Amino acid sequence: MSLHPALPPGTVDVDLHPMVPGLDALAPFLPDFWRDQIAQRGLDGFETQSFPPGAPKTVRADWRPADGTKPASTPELLRAQVLEPWGVARGILTPLYGVQLVFNEDMAAAFTTALNDWTRAAFLDHDPRLAASIILPMFNPEHAVEEIERLAPDPRFVQAMVLVMGETPLGRRHNWPVFKALVRHGLPLAIHAGSAFRNPTTSLGWPSWYAEDYAANQQGFQSTLASLITEGVFVKFPELRVVLLESGVSWLPAFLWRLSKTWKGVRFEVPWLERSPIETVRENVRLSLTPFDAPDDGATVGRLLDHLGSDEMLLWSSDWPHWQFDGPPRLPAGVDAALARKICVDNPLACYARLGQEVTP
Amino acid sequence: MNVINPRLAPGRPPAATQGLVDVDIHPRPRSLHVFDPWLSAEMRHRLHSYGLRARHGFVKGPPYFKAQPLASRRDAWTPEGGTPASDPAFTAAQHLDHYGVDIGVLNPLQPSGQGDMNNPFSAAMAHAVNEWQLAEWVARDGRLRASVVVPYEDAEASAAEIRKRAGDSRFCQVLVMSRTSHPLGNPKYWPIFEAAEEAGLPVGVHAFGYSGWPMTNGGWPSFYIEEVSEHATSCQSLVNSLVIEGVFERFRRLKVVLIECGFGWLPSVAWRLDKLWPTLKDEIPHIRRAPSEQLREQLWVSTQPIEEPPRPEQLLDCMGWIGWDRILYASDYPHWDFDDPRTAIPAFIPEAHRAAIYGGNARRLYGF
Amino acid sequence: MRHVVGPVAEIPPGSRRLVEAGGKRVVVFNLDGAFFALNDRCPHQGGPLHKGPVMGLVESACPGEYRYDRRGEIVRCPWHAWEFDIRTGRSRFDPRRVKTRSFPACIEKGADLQAETFPVRVEEDYVVVEL
Repeated sequence: MSLHPALPPGTVDVDLHPMVPGLDALAPFLPDFWRDQIAQRGLDGFETQSFPPGAPKTVRADWRPADGTKPASTPELLRAQVLEPWGVARGILTPLYGVQLVFNEDMAAAFTTALNDWTRAAFLDHDPRLAASIILPMFNPEHAVEEIERLAPDPRFVQAMVLVMGETPLGRRHNWPVFKALVRHGLPLAIHAGSAFRNPTTSLGWPSWYAEDYAANQQGFQSTLASLITEGVFVKFPELRVVLLESGVSWLPAFLWRLSKTWKGVRFEVPWLERSPIETVRENVRLSLTPFDAPDDGATVGRLLDHLGSDEMLLWSSDWPHWQFDGPPRLPAGVDAALARKICVDNPLACYARLGQEVTP
Repeated sequence: MNVINPRLAPGRPPAATQGLVDVDIHPRPRSLHVFDPWLSAEMRHRLHSYGLRARHGFVKGPPYFKAQPLASRRDAWTPEGGTPASDPAFTAAQHLDHYGVDIGVLNPLQPSGQGDMNNPFSAAMAHAVNEWQLAEWVARDGRLRASVVVPYEDAEASAAEIRKRAGDSRFCQVLVMSRTSHPLGNPKYWPIFEAAEEAGLPVGVHAFGYSGWPMTNGGWPSFYIEEVSEHATSCQSLVNSLVIEGVFERFRRLKVVLIECGFGWLPSVAWRLDKLWPTLKDEIPHIRRAPSEQLREQLWVSTQPIEEPPRPEQLLDCMGWIGWDRILYASDYPHWDFDDPRTAIPAFIPEAHRAAIYGGNARRLYGF
Repeated sequence: MRHVVGPVAEIPPGSRRLVEAGGKRVVVFNLDGAFFALNDRCPHQGGPLHKGPVMGLVESACPGEYRYDRRGEIVRCPWHAWEFDIRTGRSRFDPRRVKTRSFPACIEKGADLQAETFPVRVEEDYVVVEL
């Protein structure tokens, strides 16, 4: 057993981030009115504070093209930096362009639609190994449902994505029509790191440093999961699969210990919860592996995997082009070859039914 | 009654060979008038007419209604109907004597005026609460130690209150709430750390308070069960802030104690910061020690609410990752999520570690 | 062993009485004239159940729906608020594995209890627990 097993054949990368070169790239997919607004109002791009484009963290240094082209903006870059060198068989694209931050719900819907169409035209149509997330305009759940209905017929869209820090906790009932639509189409709900900036990135107000902002995603994932569980989303929609992307992993067990402990005493407040949250999460929730927030030692990782209590929850991801590691990808120390295969191949294929249905790699 | 279950016999747990120190006891005023002797006429008027103005909407009670009255054990009301932990004699009988507590740390929560929207009032209340702790509690029971309650949203006034109490061995720490209006590492609060370090007092951060911001970074949750869970996330952001702002680099002798914040989450937070640090060094060059190293050296945690993972060894893992010398027993008396020292600190923890948790670690930290 | 808790009239419906006998500590509840006895110790951390409040049983078929009945039949531990069914001693969150011991309790006529060491009056009814 190697200390850090390599990626097995057939690996699926569940967290790839194509970067939109600019609003001009979305223009062809916008209705005339919104297309003209770009120039009329001097719109200057929707990059968000969650991933500052110039920050080393946002794009790994050796993935910034020397010729000044926008990083991660073409399928050629993705092929050259991830698919070919690492032998990745399938990849799921989740653009993080800040359409979810727009306050005007009509404008948000128009630009979100354009973003999804851009992903399809600029990436999916160019490489059969690629699949994508439907980015959801969650500011208005009706718009989100419409977007699901519009794109679900294309099997290359294998999930839908929202940001972890939204306007209201995700489990709230006004969002339920979205979950209903996802279940109807067998699409998992991906929740990705990042904020819609409707609330401070910490419950203690705005932090001083980007490092705090980035760290705060870990709290956002806990709060979002707590909301989905306590509001009863998994009771109402037991088939709903949730995938946490760029979430980190090691926070999950202790979060569940605390929530389950409290539930034993205040069950009466959420009487629809018949089962401990620990069981619910093991069945309904999956997590991408990167960033793997644990020490680089097999013994500790082994204990952590024991705390997770399931070998079916983790899905491999590179988080391209974010700088999470240098050189080629390595699975955490302490992961054996059998588990590596589950994380890289079996678990993603089980989670994303559509990956098996459409094009074979 | 020791026939049915010897573990229930009153008295100190046998493993507490270095004494039993309870770092979290919550004295409560019988009525708001107990503070009158130490308030100016103006502040007395304010207290009794406008009341405490925390950063939330309700005049009485919290925004997320507790699972039981006053969030207290239902058996903690005095025989005369007095509110929980409002009577030193009953508190001694039900708690200190019953469990053989050698030293108890008082952490007054609301109504203490901490986090009040009005800074001068918060400062006046903090002073009164500190005098009240001494007169009503410490003077009556030599086992008790007071916390320096500070008006933390006004750091200069807080520092003044700390300096006033420095050297008085009846006070053992500075007390702030976890939900401050800015993340606690913000330079706005540095005068508090400076004064605490100067006075040689640890800073106890107790979960609770109202920051004025939504309780999650995705908005206001619906339920009390979520609020309880979100104390952990608030404390995580607080730890992130202390590390990333460089508080532990600037104040190398500062000791921070997380009280009732939970501790299961701490290893993951430390690992995440360690993972982030290399990729964000360009932004935070003022961080010179690995975050986990800073926390290992300058942070302590209390046990309550004790983590209850599915399997015993998972608790052992977690405590070992934090450091067996960094964990302090706390009861949270008289609150509903109280931890009985005999049953909450499980016997599967090796005896030497239990002794440290029950008393040894707190003695070394606080110098008891 | 059988233990006479006291005259029925002294423990009216909705009330409870703590009894200690044979090295056991048991709380006896009167639910509309039927008596139930539970070990007074919560299986979690040992909270004294006789100090716990009672409420009904709330259940839900669907988030947002609350079915509330059996008022007074669920006792919550005075400490961490775990719910126990007074009729069975079973916890609500995990009835199969987490429970406090339940003891048989019944009403007997004073005339039938003459042989007991406990002083009883022939004309009264008494609550008796089997420990």
